Amino acid sequence: METKVLSEHYDKPSFKTLSGYKELSGYEDLAKALKMDPKKIIEDVKAAGLRGRGGAGFPTGVKWGFLPDNGEPRYLLCNADEGEPGTFKDRLMMERAPHQLIEGMIISAFAIGSKKSYIYIRGEYNESIRILEKALKEAYDDGLLGKNILDSGFDHDMDIYVGAGAYICGEETAMISSLEGLKGQPKLKPPFPAIEGYLKKPTIVNNVESLAAVKYIIRDGVDGYRKYGTEKSAGTKLFSVSGNVVKPGNYEIPLGMSMKELIMDIAGGIKPGRKLKAVIPGGSSTPILTAEEALKVDMDYESMAELGTFLGSGAVIVIDDSNCMVDLLGVLMHFYHHESCGQCTPCREGTGWLNKLVHSILKGEAKMKDLELINGVSNHMMGRTICALSDAAAMPALSFLKKFRDEFEYYVKEGRSKIKGVSYAEVNH
Amino acid sequence: MFKLSSEGEAFVKKELTRYETKRSAIIPCLYKVQEENDGWVSPESVEYLAKLMDLPSAWVNEVLKFYTMFNQKPIGKLHVQVCCNISCAMNGGRELANHLNKEFNIKDGEISADGNVTISRAECLGSCGTAPMMQVNDNYYEDLTPATAVDTIKSLIVKGSV
Repeated sequence: METKVLSEHYDKPSFKTLSGYKELSGYEDLAKALKMDPKKIIEDVKAAGLRGRGGAGFPTGVKWGFLPDNGEPRYLLCNADEGEPGTFKDRLMMERAPHQLIEGMIISAFAIGSKKSYIYIRGEYNESIRILEKALKEAYDDGLLGKNILDSGFDHDMDIYVGAGAYICGEETAMISSLEGLKGQPKLKPPFPAIEGYLKKPTIVNNVESLAAVKYIIRDGVDGYRKYGTEKSAGTKLFSVSGNVVKPGNYEIPLGMSMKELIMDIAGGIKPGRKLKAVIPGGSSTPILTAEEALKVDMDYESMAELGTFLGSGAVIVIDDSNCMVDLLGVLMHFYHHESCGQCTPCREGTGWLNKLVHSILKGEAKMKDLELINGVSNHMMGRTICALSDAAAMPALSFLKKFRDEFEYYVKEGRSKIKGVSYAEVNH
Repeated sequence: MFKLSSEGEAFVKKELTRYETKRSAIIPCLYKVQEENDGWVSPESVEYLAKLMDLPSAWVNEVLKFYTMFNQKPIGKLHVQVCCNISCAMNGGRELANHLNKEFNIKDGEISADGNVTISRAECLGSCGTAPMMQVNDNYYEDLTPATAVDTIKSLIVKGSV
């Protein structure tokens, strides 16, 4: 069953206005937080077990704890550059509940002692940008941003920065480069952004959903927040379910629910006459699961890790038996090749090779030994670059080939897809 | 010679002090140039903008060339971007793009004879639950069929959105 904590009021159109938001107890948690010791908020976020909802799943409070405790100016950067294929939850959150994000951000900024934050939104999300700009103005006009917020003595300014179309800018150091007016290329770590981030100042980058969730840790307390989820994967999370399900959409569920319930019940199951074939569990970068694995896995960080994959951004891409896995891998390899920033050789060259190799299969030009080449190239792309995009391209290649090897071999041998009705010429120009 | 309107120049001036560094204003200012230059950023407009911002044109160029939302060549009045990433591909996104290519008699990136339409294939636009979809200029159109997509584009042309 869906468990709506963050998304409780998303269906109410008034929730996106300041007055409507306040009628539903909006900004009461900010008032409560501003009376707390900032250190206590960080401790509570740690104790609540909130893990980064953008993809990496790193504990939010622990990340905050990396900031130097020296009173130096620091920035809070909200990662709203949602771009992991299959993910559309942050867009929903910004469009339906802009003040929820702003409130979560002010609380977070207060906790880490930041006087300035930016919301970095992908340029295509025009509706989110329009709604957030309006909400920010409302918040400033109401004294919720600026000087001496709610008479607490805490000052904070918030602004929006609009990206311009680059998947890599969702990587936190690339986002910082982009905000600095540079090409969106990732930076070497360490130093991590908490030590040296935006303009070399300490910077915390958190996902939209993570920042919004902070508000509910204040509202419900550590135990209240932990009411849902598992010991290591606490709370609820929004999942974007897409692909071949009857009711695609965003669903908030407690972490630890079975994937079977999410797909088969909540998202309405597979379309009539079709069979579940595979699921990409956490966005296109995460290793794919077979139908059998998908039907036994739970939606939490640890269960995914046991199967060698990740909960990622929460993008559940459901694939039925009408799809050709070679064809879908071709779509993904084209994407990663297009989005590689070109900085590191294994990624720049590797994504190009993988794209060419998979498309040579699709064109009926590949030899059986090319399948080993896909594995070889992919293995050389793992763990050898500044950021994770290289791994993000290699992981689907390796997992598709391992788990659906028969389809790849059939395609190479016969020069056509094993799946009836799938033709390269018809779908690709 | 390209020149921004006085409103556009005022925008640039404001953006230059909005962020902690002038350099951060390059992206928003390139958007403004693109808006006032029929949807694309020409080499001469880069020189103009760099001078206006008092920044090296190399800095402006590297940003222009890195990000896909800046067009480096002329484009139709309606920029139709059809998502062809995985969830859309599984729901007919690529066939939709092919259909629009035929309907408007243009390949990807070309401009239709009347100057109205350019079609491109986009990577994930975050509309996976409502696939297939397209973005036309600033707006999303979701849950499309080839017929509703063509109707949408044609009605935008008639409405004078172009």
